[in-house]
Amino acid sequence: MTGNGVFQIAIYFLVILALTKPMGVFMARLFEGKRTFLHPALRWLETFTYKLTGVNESTEQRWTQYTASLLAFSIFSFLFVYVLQRLQGVLPLNPQGFKNSLVSPDLAFNTAVSFVTNTNWQSYAGGESTLSYFVQMAALTVQNFGSAAAGIAVALALTRGFARQQVNSLGNFWVDLTRSVVYILLPVSFLAALFFCSQGVIQNLHPYTVAQTMEGAKQILAQGPVASQEAIKMLGTNGGGFFGANSAHPFENPTPLANFLQLLLIFVIPAGLTYMFGVIIGDRRQGWTIFSACAFMFLVGVFCCYWAEQRGNPTLAKLGIETNATIAQTGGNMEGKEIRFGIASSALFATVTTDASCGAVNGMHDSFTPLGGLIPLFNIQTGEVIFGGVGAGLYGILLYAIVAVFIAGLMVGRTPEYVGKKIEQKEVKMAMLALIVTAFSILVFAAVSSIIQFPSPTKDAKGQPVAQSYWNPPGPATANLANSGPHGFSEILYAYTSGTGNNGSAFGGINANTPWYNLTIGLAMLMGRFLFLIPLLAVAGSLAMKKKVGETLGTLPTHGPLFVGLLVGTVMLVGALTFFPALALGPIVEHYLMQNGKLFSVLLFAIGS
Amino acid sequence: MATIVGPPASTSPKSEDSTSLLPGKLVRARPLFDPEIVRRATRDSFTKLNPFTLVKNPVMFVVEVGALLVTVFLLRDTFAGIHGKQGFELQIALWLWFTVLFANFAEAMAEARGKAQADTLRKTKTDSIAKRLLSGKKIETVASSKLRAGDIVIAEAGDLIPGDGEVIEGIATVDESVITGESAPVIRESGGDRSAVTGGTKVLSDQIKIRITSNPGETFLDKMIALVEGAERQRTPNEIALNILIAGLTLIFLLAVATLHPFAIYAVASVHAGTAPTIAVLVSLLVCLIPTTIGGLLSAIGIAGMDRVMQHNVLAMSGKAVEASGDVNTLLLDKTGTVTLGNRQAVEFITFEGVSEEELADAAQLSSLADETPEGRSIVVLAKEKYGLRGREVSAHEAHFIPFSAYTRMSGVDIDGRMLRKGASGAIAHFIKELGGPLPSNLEEVSDRISRNGGTPLAVADSARALGIIHLKDIVKGGMKERIAQLRAMGIRSVMITGDNPLTAAAIASEAGVDDFLSQATPADKLEYIKREQREGRLVAMTGDGTNDAPALAQADVGLAMNTGTMAAKEAGNMVDLDSNPTKLIEVVAIGKQLLITRGALTTFSIANDVAKYFAIIPAMFMATYPALARFNIMGLHTPQSAVLAAVIFNALIIIALVPLALRGVKYRPVGAAALLRRNVLIYGIGGIIVPFPGIWIIDQLLAWLHLA
Repeated sequence: MTGNGVFQIAIYFLVILALTKPMGVFMARLFEGKRTFLHPALRWLETFTYKLTGVNESTEQRWTQYTASLLAFSIFSFLFVYVLQRLQGVLPLNPQGFKNSLVSPDLAFNTAVSFVTNTNWQSYAGGESTLSYFVQMAALTVQNFGSAAAGIAVALALTRGFARQQVNSLGNFWVDLTRSVVYILLPVSFLAALFFCSQGVIQNLHPYTVAQTMEGAKQILAQGPVASQEAIKMLGTNGGGFFGANSAHPFENPTPLANFLQLLLIFVIPAGLTYMFGVIIGDRRQGWTIFSACAFMFLVGVFCCYWAEQRGNPTLAKLGIETNATIAQTGGNMEGKEIRFGIASSALFATVTTDASCGAVNGMHDSFTPLGGLIPLFNIQTGEVIFGGVGAGLYGILLYAIVAVFIAGLMVGRTPEYVGKKIEQKEVKMAMLALIVTAFSILVFAAVSSIIQFPSPTKDAKGQPVAQSYWNPPGPATANLANSGPHGFSEILYAYTSGTGNNGSAFGGINANTPWYNLTIGLAMLMGRFLFLIPLLAVAGSLAMKKKVGETLGTLPTHGPLFVGLLVGTVMLVGALTFFPALALGPIVEHYLMQNGKLFSVLLFAIGS
Repeated sequence: MATIVGPPASTSPKSEDSTSLLPGKLVRARPLFDPEIVRRATRDSFTKLNPFTLVKNPVMFVVEVGALLVTVFLLRDTFAGIHGKQGFELQIALWLWFTVLFANFAEAMAEARGKAQADTLRKTKTDSIAKRLLSGKKIETVASSKLRAGDIVIAEAGDLIPGDGEVIEGIATVDESVITGESAPVIRESGGDRSAVTGGTKVLSDQIKIRITSNPGETFLDKMIALVEGAERQRTPNEIALNILIAGLTLIFLLAVATLHPFAIYAVASVHAGTAPTIAVLVSLLVCLIPTTIGGLLSAIGIAGMDRVMQHNVLAMSGKAVEASGDVNTLLLDKTGTVTLGNRQAVEFITFEGVSEEELADAAQLSSLADETPEGRSIVVLAKEKYGLRGREVSAHEAHFIPFSAYTRMSGVDIDGRMLRKGASGAIAHFIKELGGPLPSNLEEVSDRISRNGGTPLAVADSARALGIIHLKDIVKGGMKERIAQLRAMGIRSVMITGDNPLTAAAIASEAGVDDFLSQATPADKLEYIKREQREGRLVAMTGDGTNDAPALAQADVGLAMNTGTMAAKEAGNMVDLDSNPTKLIEVVAIGKQLLITRGALTTFSIANDVAKYFAIIPAMFMATYPALARFNIMGLHTPQSAVLAAVIFNALIIIALVPLALRGVKYRPVGAAALLRRNVLIYGIGGIIVPFPGIWIIDQLLAWLHLA
């Protein structure tokens, strides 16, 4: 690790730390219905939205109504994105004339699910060669706002469950959704997009440019409304790039400064939400405790990843290649990384994007060293609670807090309680359900895909092949992998992990655009989103009805270093115990094999986001 | 029982040690591994293998299914003539069966203690003859089992009381040692708070008329037997929630292990080396990962918790009540009998001007000679000790004793023409005024000063002349202050309830160190106080014995009724203290906490153990496919077989090793939650991660040395 690298990571963390409180205070005011400094400028838009949609701002919903509203919103969004993709050929703003047939039904399903669930897994080869500007703007970018706001709404509902007592209402989903969009996502995205433009991110509706290279060859330069999508892609922890190369593409992320802002946008809302939680429940220490647990896991992760990448590959070192940093070059493992970002910033990006459920990438995770790639993989497998996705991170870590309190709370000789609420049967049941769904979706889909075989085409009397497998090309599903051995296994595991965790980043190295993978990853995304958040909304409903228990000396203190340690321990232990066998057969064994000089990576070109 | 910090011996007349000495004690303190109980438990561990009963325990059910699966595969291989691995598979199968048996044994041990005690109790339950009173004066004799609620019976000296009931006429001494183990007889009389009698107890003197209040099979003794035996045991809310947690974890590990097989098939095919793990190895991994330690011990912990309460001679009507007592935030303590010794004592004579102390002491003693109350006796004793005045024979004189009456609020004696009176200062002032005597100027001032200090002023008058004031003091029980401080450290607020005026109450409250007090409290005030605490989200525990305590006992989250109290009180509370020692509420709270801590500690330990098992089994599983994983074998276990076997054996033995802990409970110290948590996380969390490493290593060494794997 170099001083410069450590310094970059430290600066990043300090800026996030500084932004946490102002963001948290602002969001707490906003969602408690108080006036903020943005009201004079934006209140009209909020009231206009209510008038247009017939929402009564002061109506409160029970948890079932809140959930139903969320589901209705998601179903409508899904249909909207699906139809727009399938009809792109007849819709406007399509200078390249992309046809309907470029988006098959299974791909459209996968993409629609992906953007509605805040996953932004991109099965298609690249937005620039598949989707029209209209679809990118009206379907995908709009969903980046909608799915992010929905995540914030769920976190709010759960927070209110802890804050309120003896009521059965959790707020109004439509109001929470509108306020998130109007006062947070829109203004910040607008400013960020302008800043990106200043850094060289493109924003236009032109046809693609045909350029002549120095060697005289022709090169097509894709164009498009990139900056507007880029800002919300990061802020909403969505991660779906305009281009296939995502934030590694020079038009999406041209400069280190742009890169730094992208990183900030990922964490700014999730970090602020931890503070907001403290404010709304009336005990700021609780918010800082969650922040500290996240910060600890983030810092450990990023330094492990950075260390592994900077250390590089011993096999190359043996071949006499310089792997130590020198004035002239970065050393370490530069495969799949952009020169303008370097190792530290790429490792930081990989960690941040998987801590949060963002999934944008500025380098190839597939090309990371085994341990460097293990960090992003494990980050997602923890349920993305290290700050996590907007909203999703907070409700995810609160789930772990419930589990931690339930086990450890007993050890102080009281039935467990968290921030004044008794954790009982219903809460435990729902928390376990969410954890089981995560484990199921990742492990079972990965297991099936590791062994499933698709039938070979049979031939008719004339020797012509018939019954071509619809789902996948004939043969094993693992034939879609670019690598064999443990590395190939990591590629499958990562795909389902990313889908279930609603992360959307791709390890790469897997051709996932077949009906089989589109459907199964689509299902994984749906389960990971809705079967995770519905139980938590049920928890919110049950908590809101309970009395708040006063704090005494006998109460388990859920703030301070000891609880931070417990929370971190629970996240790590649950994650590690669930996924260790799988990880052992993937990155862990690969790491040991690499130490022995055996490699599985083959040279690859970037596929997918 | 050494795990609970007991009260200083002086505060609790029934300390634990005395428990074992009383032959008739409800619960005979038995050594943890009493041979009779162990025999019984061993037998029961086999009957509990029945899958239909075991299915209630999802963790152990999974282990049993796993054991069955391995056994079936072992038999198949044997009959198919496949040789080579049977030795290993046989050992795995055996140890998996042992795992289930050990868990069953833990539960059976806990149950057997209760059953043995129930047997003892049942022996005391004999069918007696009842003298039923028919309309008019006719008496018929019927078997006690024929009695119905509402019947009226007569019991005379020497009779066994035929059923639970209420004395409606008469007074008698009753031997209740069957129930309480206390051999000293108690008084039972009609009206008031000492009217309840229990079936099976024996009348020693006099005759009483009893209205039976329970039908056969529903008596207190029946209830007690059922409770002790655990027949009515229902899982408590927290136990159910914990069961959900460990069942959920079991499911997660089932997913992790089941999917490992396809992952292994892929790995084997991909690198063309080794074979996918066998069923025996997969089942071993699963059993090692699922929380068998807590799964096997959970119900034993709950039963043992109830048992511990019972060894304190407290009958808990449900496990829920014991669990709730761990959660108590507010403890309501009656002043008299709980915070203070039951009675006030004279500590000082304060004279008015022109009166010598001897004169006052003499008058006070004379007026108290016939006063049999503890207060009266303490005055006689103080006069004797301080001024050498002996109790005199007063029959020689013309003495006429005036008993205390609620109307005059005085008592005393008319002797040799003097009218000696003692009583509340207001009453004495009135008495003097009536006789036309002068009132000392400082009467009120002295009285107030004593009241402020928590004492009771008792003025003494010799006819129209005021002599002085006796200072009666409430004596706070020795060690009470320390116990209250312990409660505070546990996060429990103690509130003293008293009928005294606020001044007196405040003084005693500050002397005992309680956090709050409720003075001039009526039963309605008490109930209101409980409701207010509960509205603010606190759990309240209280003790009570009178019928007018019943609503509050029912309202409180933990209501400990005294056995000497009325039936109404006993029915309203959710625990009955057979020793009728209100201070015991504090022990009950400690036991409740200990129960919860034991659950949490063993759950944490169980989960933390998994780390080492992964290190043992995963490299062993893939030794042939990925030899590089040998680097993960940090314990340096001999062979893949010995590694798997060692992990399974450790997993089974840890259950049996922790049975004493589950039955005795984790050590509880009355300190704050933060300190408790730090300590337990260190021992059971960090310790739980570390311990299996050397454990598995040692077993592996033994296996290699014995050539078993």
